Amino acid sequence: MSTATASAPASSAPSSTLRNAVIRLAGNSQDGIQSIGGFLARLAGRTQHDVMTYMTIPSTISGGPSIFQLHLGSGHVLTAGDEADVLVAFYQHSYDSHIGSLREGGICLYESAEVTEFKNERGIHHIGIPFTAATIEAIGGSARDRGKNMFVLGLLCAVYQLDRDKLAGIVERQFGKKDESVLRNAMLAFDAGYAYPVGDIGTFIFEEGEHKDEHRLSTDGNTLMSMGLIAAGVRYGSAYPITPWSSIMETLRSELPKYGGIYVQAEDELAAVAMTIGAAYAGHLAVTGSAGPGLSLKMEALSYASMAEIPLIVINVQRGGPSTGLPTSVEQSDLLQAIYGSHGDCPRIVLAPQDVEDCFYIALEAGRLAREYSCPVIILSDQALSSRIEAFTEPDLDKCWVEPGLDLSDRGADFKPYPLDKITRHAPPGTKIAGKYPHVSGLEHDEYGHPSGSPKMHTAMTAKRRNKLIDLSKSLPLPEIYGDQEGDVLLIGWGSTYGPIKESVERLRAEGHKVGAAHIRHLHPMPAGLDRLWAKFKKVVVVEMNDYGVYGHGQLAMLLRAAYAEPKIQSVCKTDGLAYRIREIVTGVEKVMAAN
Amino acid sequence: MSSTTLEAPAAVPADGKLTKKILTADHPTWCPGCGDFAVLAAFYKVLEKLQYPHEKIVCVAGIGCSSRFPYFVNSHGIHFIHGRALPLATGISLSRPDVHVFVFGGDGDGFSIGGNHLNHAARKNIKLTYVIMDNYVYGLTKKQTSPTSPQGFKSKTDPTGAIDRPINPMKQLLASGATFIARTHAAQVKHMMDVFERAIKHDGFSVVECLSECVMFYEGSFDDSTPRKGGVYDIIDETQHDTKDDVAAFKMADLPSPGKFGVYYEVDRPTKNAMEQKWIDGTQAKLGGLSQKEVLKKRLEMMR
Repeated sequence: MSTATASAPASSAPSSTLRNAVIRLAGNSQDGIQSIGGFLARLAGRTQHDVMTYMTIPSTISGGPSIFQLHLGSGHVLTAGDEADVLVAFYQHSYDSHIGSLREGGICLYESAEVTEFKNERGIHHIGIPFTAATIEAIGGSARDRGKNMFVLGLLCAVYQLDRDKLAGIVERQFGKKDESVLRNAMLAFDAGYAYPVGDIGTFIFEEGEHKDEHRLSTDGNTLMSMGLIAAGVRYGSAYPITPWSSIMETLRSELPKYGGIYVQAEDELAAVAMTIGAAYAGHLAVTGSAGPGLSLKMEALSYASMAEIPLIVINVQRGGPSTGLPTSVEQSDLLQAIYGSHGDCPRIVLAPQDVEDCFYIALEAGRLAREYSCPVIILSDQALSSRIEAFTEPDLDKCWVEPGLDLSDRGADFKPYPLDKITRHAPPGTKIAGKYPHVSGLEHDEYGHPSGSPKMHTAMTAKRRNKLIDLSKSLPLPEIYGDQEGDVLLIGWGSTYGPIKESVERLRAEGHKVGAAHIRHLHPMPAGLDRLWAKFKKVVVVEMNDYGVYGHGQLAMLLRAAYAEPKIQSVCKTDGLAYRIREIVTGVEKVMAAN
Repeated sequence: MSSTTLEAPAAVPADGKLTKKILTADHPTWCPGCGDFAVLAAFYKVLEKLQYPHEKIVCVAGIGCSSRFPYFVNSHGIHFIHGRALPLATGISLSRPDVHVFVFGGDGDGFSIGGNHLNHAARKNIKLTYVIMDNYVYGLTKKQTSPTSPQGFKSKTDPTGAIDRPINPMKQLLASGATFIARTHAAQVKHMMDVFERAIKHDGFSVVECLSECVMFYEGSFDDSTPRKGGVYDIIDETQHDTKDDVAAFKMADLPSPGKFGVYYEVDRPTKNAMEQKWIDGTQAKLGGLSQKEVLKKRLEMMR
């Protein structure tokens, strides 16, 4: 294998330093642009830089336009970036669709054999490069267009003066498992791109990364969620494949045997949740998951889990709905389904991670809460979090690792599975019971689990199941306010909008508004006393990726208005299936502020 | 919380002898004369004979008259939702090799709303025993057509007689890949006990269809297989029927009512439980004795 350093490209313009760069790669889904992005994102983590990525994928099996956007920075990066500094266009359609996303004076690197019509505007530098021909020339033989993504990676490595050896090392680790010729060809293409003369655009050097003295990891939300589940003590569960959830079940399926566990691919969503409840009843911390349509199918069993008070983790990686909807796009339209989607009064806990790093910690918290409150915990992730890559501090397993185990200690003659004055602690099968053996039931039951149709008992048990969540609500800390602690507007968000909302606060403050933001991770129950957050703000704007609905408010805004009867709570919503851009939030908030 | 090593259940006697008296829980809610009483009695007797440790017995059910079964057995029990008893039991069986999993239900639960789960639990060969108390009618909801109701049966949903062809449980189970398939009758307690015992001892997915009359909504449904009502109870002669021959079993399942009773099919095939464990053992052997926490640490380090 060849890892000799290629000579750096000849460039007539000088290098300039920068703190941030947004690169948009636009091509088709089979061009391997995701791997270019993945390599660069991993490099960012290794060089103490920050990164956030954003991708679109068509829901077809192969083919169709696709983009991968990468925001690299020396300091904290909160979004994937509104506008790109560099656009790499593989085709005419890529150019036509994405040239508008390039900032004024940005650089467009395009495949000269494909892109022939240009919009020469806004001072954009156009640099035509024969990606395919140069790759074929470098690799030789019948390479066709395989490897042109590696050529582009080399090109970007040179333009941004990235650490070539570290990047090559990451590429080697990726391809090293495969046939030796695959790695050799990849490195030939990479080096050809690295050495290609790009002309007079100059090169850029990132300021040194600010994340010193810490181990940085970079990965996507679904992968990290899976790791969080393992750290939380999850060893069993079951699921059915559905985009964008599937990669979690794939990861658990192949990882859990290392820990003595089993992840089962079920015949359908109903069986998946039932098997998971079975493993939970058997005394394990277990997880099932899906996207919105699958969560709907699981609803009857989830209502059972509330009634029978079974601890359980359920992950919903939200996508655009309703129905098959936009299966590869992002939306936050399952909040009400998560909280209220089942029949009957069935309290359960709903959490949402705010970024990729939080996917790890929310999984841990879900495990802890499920056990502590003996009820289902739903985690609302989304398509954006599932696939985007971020760099973050490596979790300290010595502090958060939960050793799995079964509590099969003997229970006395007075054992009751459903005591009215305590939170339920089930005795799993295998537990010796001195008295009568317990029945776990979906029928309304008495304290021993025996069916009971008593009006008094149903009232008391309904209260038992509800009151534990009220206790939880009181124990939750209020979210911190970011930005101004009082003033014109408090922005409230949940889930993957955390970064864009935070950046919007900065933008609005720079424009002279007094703006703060709070992010809610505990969506049901919410922390008690949320009204204290907005007491000193004139307006509250809830920013969500769902519809305004018939009554003019997004799903979380509706809940907050219902809970606090507070008319100053307003909504900024959108349903285009894309992650929020800063300017969309800023414009939306300004509109609400103007409407006095 | 203690981490426990779970091993396959041994048929060792419990601390105290397990008797019908100990195993009896709530008084059954079934109607007087219901066939399910006899099924419950036979189950007690088989457990008395097998003497499994009391705490290792788990009864699972879905929804229906017969699915009330777990409440009537003083053992660990879980009463789940309609049709999903098998996947729930699968979750228990795969994650707890140390317990005995028994599933009870009716024809609606097993062949209609839960029909697909039966196919998949069978093909996966999940280690558990499933007793389907088949009464050819929906009883709990008061006389609607069931998936096993014969054509012409008059019910509230088929006032002029059932139109749809019924399921043939034996053929369905043979096609699904179940490794122990038997048919018995609630009025034949001795035969029922023999079949239950063999099913329970089978290492794999064992399923027993047990004809159990609903005296309220389908009285006389099984008279043709009840000798004291003039019927014939025709038990399979295993010297003539090879229980490993699925084609012969399939042909036998096509005999006109009342058909034959006993073990139709019995074959050894590795359970999913065993095959998953084999994968776990093989995977863990490659980890060089690292602790679970160290395994995850190494996995995270790969993301650096």
